[in-house]
Amino acid sequence: MGGEFDWSVVWKYRAVLWDGMVTSLQLFAIALAGGIFFGTLLAMARLSRWKALSVPAAGFVNLIRAIPFIMAIFWFYFLTPMIVGKFTGQQGEAVGPFTSAIVAFIMVESAYYSEIIRAGIQSIPRGQPWAAYALGMNYWQSMGHVVLPQAFRNMLPVMLTQAVILFQDTSLVYVVALKDFLGAASKAGQLTGRIVELYLFVAVVFFVICFAASWAVKRLQARLAVPSR
Amino acid sequence: MDWKVFLEQAPSGGMTYLGWLWSGLFWTVCVSACAWVIASVVGGIVGVARTTPLGWARAAGTAYVELFRNIPLLVQMFLWYFVMPEVLPQALGDWLKQDMPHLLTLPFAAQFSLWEFTAAVLCLGLYTASRVAEQVRSGIQSLPKGQTNAGLALGLTLPQVYRHVTLPMAMRIVIPPMTSEFLTIFKNSSTALTIGVLELTAQSRQISEYTFKTFEAFTAATLIYIVITMTVILLMRTLERRVAVPGYIAQAGGH
Amino acid sequence: MTASPDPRPMIEMRQVSKWYGAFHVLKECTTKVEKGEVVVVCGPSGSGKSTLIKAVNGLEPFQKGEILVNGVSVGDPRTNLPKLRSHIGMVFQNFELFPHMSITDNLTLGQVKVLGRTRDQAVEKGLALLDRVGLLSQKDKYPGQLSGGQQQRVAIARALSMDPIAMLFDEPTSALDPEMINEVLDVMVQLAREGMTMMVVTHEMGFARKVAHRVVFMDQGSIVEDCTKDEFFGTQRSERAQLFLSKILQH
Repeated sequence: MGGEFDWSVVWKYRAVLWDGMVTSLQLFAIALAGGIFFGTLLAMARLSRWKALSVPAAGFVNLIRAIPFIMAIFWFYFLTPMIVGKFTGQQGEAVGPFTSAIVAFIMVESAYYSEIIRAGIQSIPRGQPWAAYALGMNYWQSMGHVVLPQAFRNMLPVMLTQAVILFQDTSLVYVVALKDFLGAASKAGQLTGRIVELYLFVAVVFFVICFAASWAVKRLQARLAVPSR
Repeated sequence: MDWKVFLEQAPSGGMTYLGWLWSGLFWTVCVSACAWVIASVVGGIVGVARTTPLGWARAAGTAYVELFRNIPLLVQMFLWYFVMPEVLPQALGDWLKQDMPHLLTLPFAAQFSLWEFTAAVLCLGLYTASRVAEQVRSGIQSLPKGQTNAGLALGLTLPQVYRHVTLPMAMRIVIPPMTSEFLTIFKNSSTALTIGVLELTAQSRQISEYTFKTFEAFTAATLIYIVITMTVILLMRTLERRVAVPGYIAQAGGH
Repeated sequence: MTASPDPRPMIEMRQVSKWYGAFHVLKECTTKVEKGEVVVVCGPSGSGKSTLIKAVNGLEPFQKGEILVNGVSVGDPRTNLPKLRSHIGMVFQNFELFPHMSITDNLTLGQVKVLGRTRDQAVEKGLALLDRVGLLSQKDKYPGQLSGGQQQRVAIARALSMDPIAMLFDEPTSALDPEMINEVLDVMVQLAREGMTMMVVTHEMGFARKVAHRVVFMDQGSIVEDCTKDEFFGTQRSERAQLFLSKILQH
């Protein structure tokens, strides 16, 4: 190599790297929101009395959790344009790699979040929804006002930890050539030959963000554990 | 859908596409198994270190876990493959990239060498070790403190207490989460495709690129992953039953 | 105030049977509660009394028989259960206040979301009832900050805020420390004296003697005794009831 580090590449390519980071953050935010939303629905479906809901939900969750994340990305990268094409009549062009990646991430994260939320719902004593029903509430009111607020409160630390993992997993879009933070660094590295500095920079940035986030989650956990009486 | 495509001759390797799939499975299993060896040994040591009364051991263990947990696996893979040879002394770095590949001819591996394999195994192994360390640590810490005290009261030294009292029980508690980690290694092995290792996921993509039978290729790989998952779970359940301690509540049913 | 002779019973149970898998939990239970009556249901653990009372408002489904509340069939799939439940109040052994809401919000949630009252109406009603059980000062606290006895009194107020036609109590004092049992029983006695139709699963025989009109004794899923209070505490007809009473009446 020559034995010398040239960190100025990082500064020179800061615009490209920043754009990549923005893409990573967008992917993260959308996947997080979608994952929690659909994960909640999946969890409720799994706990439902109707086999027509609980069996496919369980099947979906177990299938997604049995295959590598990268395999799931490939699957949805392939399926999404196909399915959209069937509905809109056009083939392929309408759906780009970013959309396919979003779909893949939401699908995978919803499976992982549904397990967390399901555990949360099951940790609420049965008496709570009963008390809601006894007041005359229906299933959705009981879920929305009594069960889910408590379930989310209980599972908040675990959900936040999963969010940190999700942020790290956004780097996997590299396999479909999407220009996220890692992809941008990779491209800059190929252009300048300074892949060492750029990959180390990426590693440091991820470390700082994730370490700070995990530390914040631990502090939050300590605060939530304070008893009220 | 055309499932017969798997019986067609592949453009390279002197085998059918089904052969490609098997070779992918072979490398998935190899990478995962070798990485698991590293992960269990290193993870076990680091996990135990974090529970000892030695301050420096705990600090080192914590640093290890935090380092490997907060960097994405893919980034770590690139660090091992692209960055490590460059930060080593020139001669060693060059050896890794140029001479190591020729040490062994790997079967079914026309496109990658021992160097890629080693980088993948080291990366996956040391990353998973950090997760194993956490499971081992919480397994040990979940044991009642009285156990350690009872051992010490008998006159055993702390290492003896670990060897005869703590670790045997901790090992059994830790089997279910370890099963989960073992399964995760199989899934994470797919990350090696980014540095050229043709494991199962990579092969399924290759087959789809050559034959355009994407659905068949991906389904075959998915089914194989499912079979792997079920096999591992079955093996681990058998192991759990064989080493179970009679009457200990944690063993009952696993629910 | 005596039970008024309304032709239709408030709660009526005919040949109700329930199985958990192979376990026969309720065996052809038949009884009724007239309007304004207070019926105490007692019996040893596992006798099915908790299951019985939860069947009345449909929290526990049952396979055979019929339950009518104010003429409406609980087991009929066409019945609007939430609507039915909004007319019956239920008080649970573990209070089941909603821990993530303030006391006031606990009292208004059902009124606003189920009965459609405005927030102001609900708050006015809720606080009036809170005052009636002696806890107006706790209105802004959270359940976790109240003692068991206080929580149970709030739970009673919560049930009353829905203006129920009948009240069901499932072992309301069993989870309370002894010194708090009386504060809850006092509220229930007051309620009975005002003419509320009540079905109470309890071990508190003092309460039964004071305000119950009838006592129902259950054992192993069947109703073994179903008679007036005086008959029950006078000459017991069955050996099992005698045994039960002798164990309970230390208190």
